[in-house]
Amino acid sequence: MENIKNKKKNVMDGLLNYALYIILGIMILVVIIIDPSFISIKNFTNILSQAATRAILGMGVAGLIVLQGTDLSAGRILGLSGIVAASLLQDVAYASRMYPNLGQLPLVIPLLVSILIGVAISAINGFGVAKLKLHAFIVTLGTQLLAYGLALIYIDRPPLGAQPIAGLDERYTNFVKGAIKIGFGDNKIEIPYLILYAAIIAVVMWFIWNKTKLGKNMFAIGGNPEAAAVSGVNIVKNIMMIYIIAGVLYGIAGFLEVARIGSATSITGQNYELDAIAACVVGGVSFSGGVGTIPGVLIGAVLLQFINYGLNFIGVNPYLQIIIKGLIIIIAVSIDVRKYIEKK
Amino acid sequence: MAEDTYLLEMRNISKSFPGVKALDNVSFRLRKGTVHALMGENGAGKSTLMKILFGIYTEDEGEIYIEGQKTKFPDPKTALENGVSMVHQELNQVLQRDVMDNILLGRYPQKGFFVDQKSMYEFTKKIFDDLAINIDPRAKLKNLSVSERQMVEIAKAVSYNAKILVLDEPTSSLTQQEIEHLFRIINLLRDRGCGIIYISHKMEEILRISDEVTVMRDGKWIATEYAKNLTTDMIIKLMVGRDLTNRFPPKTNKPSEVMLEVKDLTGRYRPSIENVSFDLRKGEILGVAGLVGSRRTELLETIFGIASYSEGEIYLNGKLIENKDPSTAIENGFALLTEERRATGIFSMLSVRFNTIIANIDSYSKYGVLNGKRMKEDTDWVIKSLNVKTPSQNTLIKSLSGGNQQKVIIGRWLLTDPEILLLDEPTRGIDVGAKYEIYQLIIDLANRGKAVIFVSSEMPELLGICDRILVMSNGKLAGIVEARKTTQEEIMTLAAKYL
Repeated sequence: MENIKNKKKNVMDGLLNYALYIILGIMILVVIIIDPSFISIKNFTNILSQAATRAILGMGVAGLIVLQGTDLSAGRILGLSGIVAASLLQDVAYASRMYPNLGQLPLVIPLLVSILIGVAISAINGFGVAKLKLHAFIVTLGTQLLAYGLALIYIDRPPLGAQPIAGLDERYTNFVKGAIKIGFGDNKIEIPYLILYAAIIAVVMWFIWNKTKLGKNMFAIGGNPEAAAVSGVNIVKNIMMIYIIAGVLYGIAGFLEVARIGSATSITGQNYELDAIAACVVGGVSFSGGVGTIPGVLIGAVLLQFINYGLNFIGVNPYLQIIIKGLIIIIAVSIDVRKYIEKK
Repeated sequence: MAEDTYLLEMRNISKSFPGVKALDNVSFRLRKGTVHALMGENGAGKSTLMKILFGIYTEDEGEIYIEGQKTKFPDPKTALENGVSMVHQELNQVLQRDVMDNILLGRYPQKGFFVDQKSMYEFTKKIFDDLAINIDPRAKLKNLSVSERQMVEIAKAVSYNAKILVLDEPTSSLTQQEIEHLFRIINLLRDRGCGIIYISHKMEEILRISDEVTVMRDGKWIATEYAKNLTTDMIIKLMVGRDLTNRFPPKTNKPSEVMLEVKDLTGRYRPSIENVSFDLRKGEILGVAGLVGSRRTELLETIFGIASYSEGEIYLNGKLIENKDPSTAIENGFALLTEERRATGIFSMLSVRFNTIIANIDSYSKYGVLNGKRMKEDTDWVIKSLNVKTPSQNTLIKSLSGGNQQKVIIGRWLLTDPEILLLDEPTRGIDVGAKYEIYQLIIDLANRGKAVIFVSSEMPELLGICDRILVMSNGKLAGIVEARKTTQEEIMTLAAKYL
């Protein structure tokens, strides 16, 4: 009797733990039933390339959430680094270039500049959290404005005001939007480079999280900072490193995202941090710290994009889509919390 | 042994925290290849002294010498690198990670760029084999029992190959068997020439394992003696600073009719209490003893409605009641003084007055507006009747001493006019004088017909002021004994009954 009761409870608990995935799965299923043409390689690769930059951003933010922090500045950092990269990579034939006298740069230079910008601002966040002992929410609330202001000043062209940066160099857009073609004839599958970049970054991040000292220290500091301190872990240094890695990812994501969209404006990257945080939360990175996986973040980013794309595909009102996204985040967090609160 | 071969010498150490002088000119010397017990009541300054040695705190005055070399560790990392390791009283572990991750935290072996998992496993396995500990290095820490976690912590400290090993209350959650196991480990280390500083409250253990004993009281050095020259009574006398006879106030309360009956109480979420039954009389002080992890706190929390129960009944004055949450419990005449005063007792950034009236706030409210005059009067009553030493009602409670904070919280509950007081470790971290006042207060409450459940880890105080003692073991009721007739040994045996 007792056993049956327990079993029933376990099944219920199990269902609850996976409730989010079940709900998301059902939503995707509904989309497919309404319009079976949703299942196509093209849609699939579209979803993956749209999810790619969010996933890269998400993998950066995830480390900070594991450290019991968060990052509100990720989206604006992506925007700033993307804008600068775009300004350095406008087509030489394009009329209103930001730097009319600039020659054709090798792609790697703007990429490095993007990364540098990401690292610089994220390092400010890290310094605030590790050294000044500020809550991540507060520092990143500040640097988010900082990055936004810098971006506006950078593209301000008085008396016209802030101008979009368009007419990107073809090498640049091809680097991101080009694709590897697999197969022959009608069965040819195109995999955009962007997806490959995200995959490579995911593998590298997985190794950092699971196989390096830094990764293990990150989990220890996030799980119990006191324990890490008395075991001789250099808390400040490790937190700084995680923020710097996040900055690298933001820079790369900025570089890639602008090419994907085809231009950069002052709203590039706006609210991306919320998508990234949502991906982490849906992917099981716990806000109480010390828990999370890279595959989880990837699944989170892809699932959210799936829903986004799917709802668009069947023509759901875009305003309603925003509401649905909001509900998904709330459900995700309440389930996450259920897993970790001590039941009494 | 020559006087100049001290392994560790701490000279004239002083340390102040805001409002408290935690250490006052304390000196401590440890010889190579010996076990040196450090004794004293809670708040005597033992842990503070060790935290200074380990680089967690910085001393205000004084000097530290290791093997004659003047030393000062800026942080625990440097201490560990220089052969000082420590088992902390509060287990500092990352529960989400596995055993070997915790053992090697702060010094992961590397193979190129990556952490070498295989050698981590081998290293941990070897230490566990050496020390005859049977725990899977890959187990998640949160899935281990408290005593297993404590053994992991001890193994970790040993694995640093330290010259000086500090054990701060290492046996608090160990069974008798595991304590024997720990003593074998200690003897092994002593033979290897280690110096071991052993902090414990358990007299028999101290006298058995240690070579020398240093006693501290109220942040001061009191005495250092060879263990073979000491007896339990002598140590207690040194610790308390007066004879044992007046360590407790005279017991004047007379238990009368049964007030509370608890039958087969079982927590809803394992691990919790299982099938606990007892009764409590008006005017009675019922002690609750048990090891760490024996679920004494859960017992109180279940009665008070913080934790829920799946089976069992609670009768108050013969009537079936259900405390489904703390506010129902308060309405039913219960009051709970929580174990973690700092975490769940005081609102440290708020005033003495706020802290006094907060549990009784409804009674000052009329149409949603609070009556300031009555709140002031009631706070005055608490300050006067419990002899709280505070400059004013508006003083922030965090600037009061631990004992006075505790009195404010007891006063807070008295204002709700409870019939049954549940006290969880009410004297933890309080100096000796204030303890006596708290004991007197508890006895006075019983005298006025209140019923008290008193959870404590300090056996002498349970024996000193309780009428009966309920012993918990691993969530189960191991027995209820008469305080006047029982012994510490009987309670310890009961506490280990279901392990």
